[in-house]
Amino acid sequence: MGCLRHYPLGRGGRGDSGLSEARCDARGNMRVIRGLLIAIAALGVIVGGYAWRSSFAPIDRPQASSFPVENVKAGAVLAAIGNCATCHTRDGGAAYAGGRPIVTPFGTIHATNITPDPSTGIGGWSEPAFIRAVREGVSRDGRHLYPAFPYDHMAKMAESDIKNVYAFLMTRRAQVSASPANELAFPFNIRSLVAGWKLFFLDRGGFTQDASKTVEWNRGAYLVEGLAHCGSCHTPRNVLGAEDKSRAYAGADVQGWTAPALGATSVAAVPWTGERLAEYLGKGRSPQHGVAAGPMADVIGNLAQVPDSDIKAMATYVASLAGAATKERQERGARAIARAGGEGAVTRPAAAAAPGASVYAGACAGCHGEAGRQPLDPALNLALSTTVRAASPNNLVRVVLGGIGRTDNQPGPHMPGFANALTDKQIGDLLEYVRANFTDRPVFAGLDVAIRKARQ
Amino acid sequence: MAKLSINGRAVEVDVEADTPLLYVLRDDLKMNGAKFGCGLGQCGACTVLVDDKAVFSCMVPVSVLEGRKVTTLEGLGTIDKPGPLQRAFIEEQAAQCGYCTAGILMRAEGLLRENRRPTDAQIRERLSANLCRCGTHNRVIKAVKRAAEYLRTAATTDSNRT
Repeated sequence: MGCLRHYPLGRGGRGDSGLSEARCDARGNMRVIRGLLIAIAALGVIVGGYAWRSSFAPIDRPQASSFPVENVKAGAVLAAIGNCATCHTRDGGAAYAGGRPIVTPFGTIHATNITPDPSTGIGGWSEPAFIRAVREGVSRDGRHLYPAFPYDHMAKMAESDIKNVYAFLMTRRAQVSASPANELAFPFNIRSLVAGWKLFFLDRGGFTQDASKTVEWNRGAYLVEGLAHCGSCHTPRNVLGAEDKSRAYAGADVQGWTAPALGATSVAAVPWTGERLAEYLGKGRSPQHGVAAGPMADVIGNLAQVPDSDIKAMATYVASLAGAATKERQERGARAIARAGGEGAVTRPAAAAAPGASVYAGACAGCHGEAGRQPLDPALNLALSTTVRAASPNNLVRVVLGGIGRTDNQPGPHMPGFANALTDKQIGDLLEYVRANFTDRPVFAGLDVAIRKARQ
Repeated sequence: MAKLSINGRAVEVDVEADTPLLYVLRDDLKMNGAKFGCGLGQCGACTVLVDDKAVFSCMVPVSVLEGRKVTTLEGLGTIDKPGPLQRAFIEEQAAQCGYCTAGILMRAEGLLRENRRPTDAQIRERLSANLCRCGTHNRVIKAVKRAAEYLRTAATTDSNRT
C-alpha cells in the first residue's frame, strides 16, 4: 500500500525513476482499487446522474482591456502563490501553455493550456465556468477534471480571488498548444469515476475562519490550505490518491524527492519558527535548516512575486502546525545550534578512518567547513541540515548528485553537483560519514538504492 | 600516496588523500592547464575530465580517483599539434584574457565526447557552469561547433579509409 502514497503532483515525467517502481508495487493493489472504483462508479450511477455536469457555452475571448489592471495584478500574485505556472508549463515552453506530464500511480496526466487561446486553452471559458473548474474540478464542457489539479484545496478560495486569477490568465498572451492525451489505464480513464472520488474527498465547504486565532494566522491558513495547496506534496496520500487527512503534513515522496514533514513530526534539529519559515519561503533558505531544492525551488521562485505580508502569514500558519512555540522547543533549538558550533559552516574533527572522511574533506569542507573560504552565500552547517537528518537519504543524494540552484541563472545559493566526480560507492561512503559525523540519527536505510535510482 | 592516471600516463604522488586534484596537477605535476579560479566549484576555470565527464578539479580529492581516467588540457594537444577543439578556438579567436578558456575547452571536450552534433542551446546549457568575464561567449559557441564539424569530418574520413 505504501507505494501508492508516492503520488506525485506537479513536475513529473523526466526519468522519474521512483514512480515506475511505485507503479510496479502498486500492481498488486490495482485489482482492489479497480474494484473499489467500479463500486464507486456504480454508486455514482445509482445516485442518478450525479456524475453528469452541464456545459457552459463557449464565449468569445474577452478583450484583455476589459479586465481592470488592479484585478490582473492581484491575480498575478495569487497565481504565484498557487504555483500554477510550475505544472501548467512544459520544460522550455511558454508559461501557462500546459503540456507538462504529471506522472501518477494511475497513469500520466498532461497539464492543460490555461492561456486564453480559444481552441487549445481557456479563451472560450466564461468567468462562471472558470470558477466552477477551480472549486469543483469540472471543465467548461462538463467533464470532470482529475484531481492532479488540486481543486480539493482550491475549493477553499474566495470567489473574488478566483475572479482575479481569471483576470490574470485571460490577459496572458494566447498560446496555441494542445496538451497530449492523458495516458491512464482502465478504469482510471473513465472521467465519471472522478465524480465518485469527489463524493468522498472534495470538501465543498469553503474556508472557515478560526475566531480564536489572529488575522495573520487565518490569512495563512486560508492560503496554505487553499490556493498554495501545500498538502498536495507534504501530506501522504491514500490508495485512491486522496490526501490522508489523519496524517496531514506528515511528509510524502513526490517526483523522486521527499517533501519533508511540516508539523510536529519534522526532524529539523532546530524547531521551525514563523520567522525562520518566512525567511525560507521568501529567500529559499534558512541557515538553521536548509536550502530549497527540487520541486520546492519552483515554489520559492514563484513566491518571490508575493508580498512579505502573505509570506509571513503562511509562515505563521505552517509554524503553528507543530504546536505552540514553547520554551522547551526554543531551548531545543538553542542547544542544537550550540552543539553545531553556530549557524555558519563549521567542520568537526574528521574521523579519519571512515572511508568518506577524505571525500568530505576534499569535496565538501571547502564550503561547508571552517576552512576560511566561503561562497557568497554562506554554506549550510551540515549539523543543522534537515536533509542530512531526514529518515530517507533521497533528498541528500539528489542534492549531492545534481547540486542546488543551477536553474534559470537565478542568483542565490549555488552548490555544484558531484554526479561526475564521485562514483556511487564514494557517494555512499560520503553520506554515511556525513550522517554519522554531523547527526545523532541512525544510519540511512536504503542508501545504495536511493543513489542508483537518483542516477537514472 | 595517490595513484592517478592522467592523460593515459600512470603517476604516483605523495600527497594527503583529501588533496584536491587541481593542487596535485599544478603543484606536484607542474601541469598548469587547469586554472585556480574560486576553489569553490563556482567558476569552472579548473575543469578537467574524469572518465570523460567534466568535473571541478578544485573539489575532487585525489582519494576518489584511483582506477579512473583523468584528462586535462595537456591531453587535448600541443602548441605544435593542437587538437580539433584547440584549433577551432584559435581559428575563431575565442579567447580574450584566456583565464577561463582552459576550463571551457575541457567542458566542451566532455560535451563533444558525448555528442558530435551539439545545438547552440546544448552548448550554452553545458557551458553555463563556466564563467567568462571578457564576453567571449558567442565566439566560444562558434568554436565548439567548428570543432564538432572537424570531429565529424575526421570520423567520415576515417570510415572511408577502412
